[in-house]
Amino acid sequence: MQQSDPQAQPDTSPIPDFTKAAKHYERSAPGAAECLSVEDLCLFYGQHQALFNVNMSIREKRVTAFIGPSGCGKSTLLRCCNRLNELIGNVRTEGAINLKGENIYAPSTDISNLRRRVGMVFQKPNPFPKSIYENVAYGLRIQGINNRRVLDPAVEKALRSAALWEEVRDRLHQSALGLSGGQQQRLVIARAIAIEPEVLLLDEPASALDPISTLKIEELIFELKANYTIVIVTHNMQQAARVSDYTAFMFMGKLVEMDETKKIFTTPTQKQTEDYITGRYG
Amino acid sequence: MPASRAHHISHQFDKELEDLRSRVLAMGGLVEERLAQALDAITHPSVELTDFVVRGDSKINTMEVEIDTECTGILLRRQPAASDLRLVLAVSKISTDLERIGDEVKRVAKVVGNIALEGNPRSYYVGIIPIGQRVRRMLRAALDAFARMDSHAALLAAKEDPEIDREMEPFMRQLVVSMMDDVACIPTVLDVIVAVRAFERIGEHADNICENAIFMVEGKDVRHVALQDIEQALNLQRGLG
Repeated sequence: MQQSDPQAQPDTSPIPDFTKAAKHYERSAPGAAECLSVEDLCLFYGQHQALFNVNMSIREKRVTAFIGPSGCGKSTLLRCCNRLNELIGNVRTEGAINLKGENIYAPSTDISNLRRRVGMVFQKPNPFPKSIYENVAYGLRIQGINNRRVLDPAVEKALRSAALWEEVRDRLHQSALGLSGGQQQRLVIARAIAIEPEVLLLDEPASALDPISTLKIEELIFELKANYTIVIVTHNMQQAARVSDYTAFMFMGKLVEMDETKKIFTTPTQKQTEDYITGRYG
Repeated sequence: MPASRAHHISHQFDKELEDLRSRVLAMGGLVEERLAQALDAITHPSVELTDFVVRGDSKINTMEVEIDTECTGILLRRQPAASDLRLVLAVSKISTDLERIGDEVKRVAKVVGNIALEGNPRSYYVGIIPIGQRVRRMLRAALDAFARMDSHAALLAAKEDPEIDREMEPFMRQLVVSMMDDVACIPTVLDVIVAVRAFERIGEHADNICENAIFMVEGKDVRHVALQDIEQALNLQRGLG
């Protein structure tokens, strides 16, 4: 540590305004803008309240991880981002989620279009009982695109983006169910990105996979964030620390703390966060 | 925020971290003991005591390696986060500083033990003793602050370092005057200067221990930060304005 020398002339030059420099960088850096904003979000499954006044901002083209103990509401919050909770039934939502400034819970929202813009991948890979090609082309076909000259490059691009092309290029018309678990999950990701979403929601995408497949998925997430905003729910804290730029810790339906991942995992400000990530929870 | 003291769900992890803390404190205690013995060798010159201190350095080196091995194991097995991660990082760095202190103590024991044994006038080297005692107290305070996870105590200990430097200045001037007055004493005085510089470096390593204690407790990296700025930041954090 330094001790100021009382004999030295004080340096009166202005301290550089690092905050301005940081903000300039933040504005100019790709993915720095806000993509999704959650405002006072409450969710009720019947009479049971699952989310309590959640407020958060999700940055564009960054990976945001939701962590927390089982039942804390992280998957519920994830599903709110494309209104998938409404498929469960008897769900009531208060507050707002804005996607690029538009409230997705507004009555005028086209839910099909919302779910095209905000894609989702689940824990258990769920390829359709179709060929690999048709799995990826499915979303495009239901949009009315059936021209092979359009579908072929789109399918290849999606499979390349999902780091699966080289493994399946010679068997595109074989059943997707013949792929390994890790390959199926990457196929599902390819299917989601084929329709060019803006946001990808990943609900424990690697928890059912072996360690090598898990690493491949993590590597894929790192590559995908160049083009997509990604929100991931994970129980694996080391995974959250590896893949995400921001981490949100939730507990009993409330957002406890959200910050840059490095800060959350080295110097969290909330005791609950500290206890959870150090394994003192419970 | 200060580290949580609640138990981990894994009691084994609790034991591993506690073992790590105990090891580094034991190493600190050994280093402090060797420093006391090196100072003792000045007032009670003894070939045996000097040899004991010099040979004892190998045990300190072994402890450093063992602590680093344990730190590596914990990082591998537990992938610690937050305060646990800061503890492991701090312990790894503190053990390095303690090993360096051990090297400096060995240097002091060799140099000063020889000076005393050769029957040189006490006036040449007696001034080392209060400096050495003050350095020893600073080291003790730094290790206590780490053991108690007390960032303010660490800051108080760190404030000793510039005071020790100020205390050395008149003694160093006196040594220079001695060399100017009597060229025959130059070799001896140069050895005394070596010992004084060794104490200065021990103080700097103790300062590093204080920085790591503050980092471990508060999560703030205070290297290269002025003492008054650290004090202000710690007071602000505790709402003391």
